[in-house]
Amino acid sequence: MDPGADGALNCRTPSPRPQIGGVRSSFAPWEDPAARPLVRFDGVSKAFGDTVAVKAVDLSIYEGEFFALLGPSGCGKTTLMRMLAGFESPDAGRIMLEGRDIQADPPHRRPVHMMFQAYALFPHLNVAQNIGFGLRRQGMAKAEIAGRVEEMLALVKLEGLGGRRPDQLSGGQRQRVALARALAPRPRILLLDEPMAALDKKLREETQFELMSLQQSLGMTFMIVTHDQDEAMVVADRIAVMREGRIVQAGRPAEIYEAPADRYVAGFIGDVNLFEGRVSAAEGPLLRLQAGDDRFDAEGAAAVGDQVWLAVRPEKIAIHLDPPADPRNRLAGKILDYGYLGDWTTYLVEVAPGRTIRAARANTTRAVDRPLGCGDPVWLTFAPSSAVVLTK
Amino acid sequence: MKGGKSGLAAILPFLWLALFFAFPFLLVAKLSFSDTALAMPPYAPRIDWSQGLAGLQAFFAALDGETYARLTRDRLYLDAYLSSLRIAATGTGLLLLIGYPLAYGISRCPPAVRQALVMAVILPFWTSFLIRIYAWIAILKPAGILNAALGALGLPPVDILNTETAVLLGLVYAYLPFMVLPLYAVLEKQDESLIEAAQDLGATPLQAFWRVTFPLSLPGAAAGALLCFIPMAGEFVIPDLLGGSETLMLGRVIWTEFFANRDWPAASAVAIVLLATLVVPILLFEREQGKVLR
Ligand SMILES: Nc1ncnc2c1ncn2[C@@H]1O[C@H](COP(=O)(O)OP(=O)(O)O)[C@@H](O)[C@H]1O
Ligand SMILES: [Mg+2]
Repeated sequence: MDPGADGALNCRTPSPRPQIGGVRSSFAPWEDPAARPLVRFDGVSKAFGDTVAVKAVDLSIYEGEFFALLGPSGCGKTTLMRMLAGFESPDAGRIMLEGRDIQADPPHRRPVHMMFQAYALFPHLNVAQNIGFGLRRQGMAKAEIAGRVEEMLALVKLEGLGGRRPDQLSGGQRQRVALARALAPRPRILLLDEPMAALDKKLREETQFELMSLQQSLGMTFMIVTHDQDEAMVVADRIAVMREGRIVQAGRPAEIYEAPADRYVAGFIGDVNLFEGRVSAAEGPLLRLQAGDDRFDAEGAAAVGDQVWLAVRPEKIAIHLDPPADPRNRLAGKILDYGYLGDWTTYLVEVAPGRTIRAARANTTRAVDRPLGCGDPVWLTFAPSSAVVLTK
Repeated sequence: MKGGKSGLAAILPFLWLALFFAFPFLLVAKLSFSDTALAMPPYAPRIDWSQGLAGLQAFFAALDGETYARLTRDRLYLDAYLSSLRIAATGTGLLLLIGYPLAYGISRCPPAVRQALVMAVILPFWTSFLIRIYAWIAILKPAGILNAALGALGLPPVDILNTETAVLLGLVYAYLPFMVLPLYAVLEKQDESLIEAAQDLGATPLQAFWRVTFPLSLPGAAAGALLCFIPMAGEFVIPDLLGGSETLMLGRVIWTEFFANRDWPAASAVAIVLLATLVVPILLFEREQGKVLR
């Protein structure tokens, strides 16, 4: 996934590459028309003065789902989440929880708990009291609270730290306390606002996998907000990509990556090469495109004469040292730069003055044997089925 | 400590304390161990420098705790002492009751309004303290503004000037900013997301206040209480102007001993006792602050 995100520069630290998509490929309640969503946003809009934070959002989240809201900073993710928690009220539209409009419910009556971006741990309470806070509000008996707190501490691997104050914990430990505190009262849905933003990269990756296994073992519904596409891809069953308050596309990570709805999504998730052109002929699913002097074949749906963009992921472009026999979808160029990422190398290939293409190659042999270097002339090809035709 | 500059910076507060606290304190302490005398200044012994070391020895030999013994024999001092603490404690309690909602209310306002309101709290300081207390006399006197207002409302007049009520009114009025400002400081910088987290976890707004806002504001309440209690216990001007003869407070006792009775040792001893008993709450406060800072 996303082989070129780190740019075509040398001297990069290699990054481990997470797998694409969720593990549970059969889990897809959103494809079942009979399934009732746990949470439903119904034409929800919200503005702060002149700033439109959320615009006509329709979204359904299903029981047991790990749902990610992905978008750049300021696109309205937090606002959407805060409306579900009850801290902001929509200007228009409805938010339903288990089929019921929760507009009139104040935050403390919503069985929705949030893990705050900066954790918001109570500094005057110790870890156990923090975790037990929601349980006490539910009127749970003292002994039962103590038991549940121990259980939660074990779940987030903080056994024995119940007596510490938040300021005596490391950042990673604080994050776990915040998670345990929000999970302890067993919310119908757990909201996580950039839960890993404050963690270092290694801890973040560990935590991502822990969150996933936690969510599956508890069988709970999680909704995570993030601006980190890798994070969303790793953890989520389904991703909704947001842009300027709107949901541009919602789907499985692999769908979003392999079949982006538009140029924005294609460019936001991973790296992409775009060729602008017109459809010159169509034969069944195969379209012939004229993009400047280049002609491409690609599979897609568009009418002859339409303006389209051909999106090709770097890893779907093959690099050859000798000209391939098939002239279709073939570009000649020379290597301008490359970025060695350990498992992958991203090449920046100049195909025309000022025009570069990113192509990625798995390093299946050791780097010292790599036959490609700066300035080498190469040929690039891609299969018609590897390219996506975008109409917007 | 290395480095001349930082060394000097570290010593400065101690120099300050030595010059303006320790030295005067020692003078007063020395006075409190002296006896009254018909002389100018009106106490003995005094160091006879012409005798050299012997004079110094004679001086120390003549110091005694007789004045303190005198304080315990006369009920007046104990009564004044207890009454001072009681009035200061009542005043502090009233200030907390009035100052807390005020500070909380200001901290909940939009930032621009907040600034204006804080300004309004400090504004009275721009007028002379004495003038403001005299204004209270004009308000509280039998034919004053308060009774005129009560009369206009058809209510019976009250006669509270020269009572403890008037003193408490004056104290609360004069010390309100010292209570509101530290409270406001802690409430204003309190993280809004903590309240949201509490509500998110099922706390009603009232519970969120009691479980989160209130406990986190206690250091501010403690600071405000000490800033008010300590000077109020030794307050002189307000009880003197608003309290009349029946209000017994140590500040007035000290004044009377110094200026009316010319009994400097007694005045000094009273001051020392007051200081010694006020050191206890200061130390408690320091410990509390230390805990918060840790
Ligand atoms: N309380 C608020 N008052 C005014 N503007 C806000 C408020 N909260 C959010 N916004 C604005 O709404 C937009 C979306 O913000 P937010 O939902 O926090 O985005 P994200 O979480 O995606 O970074 C931003 O332009 C932000 O400045
Ligand atoms: Mg945000």
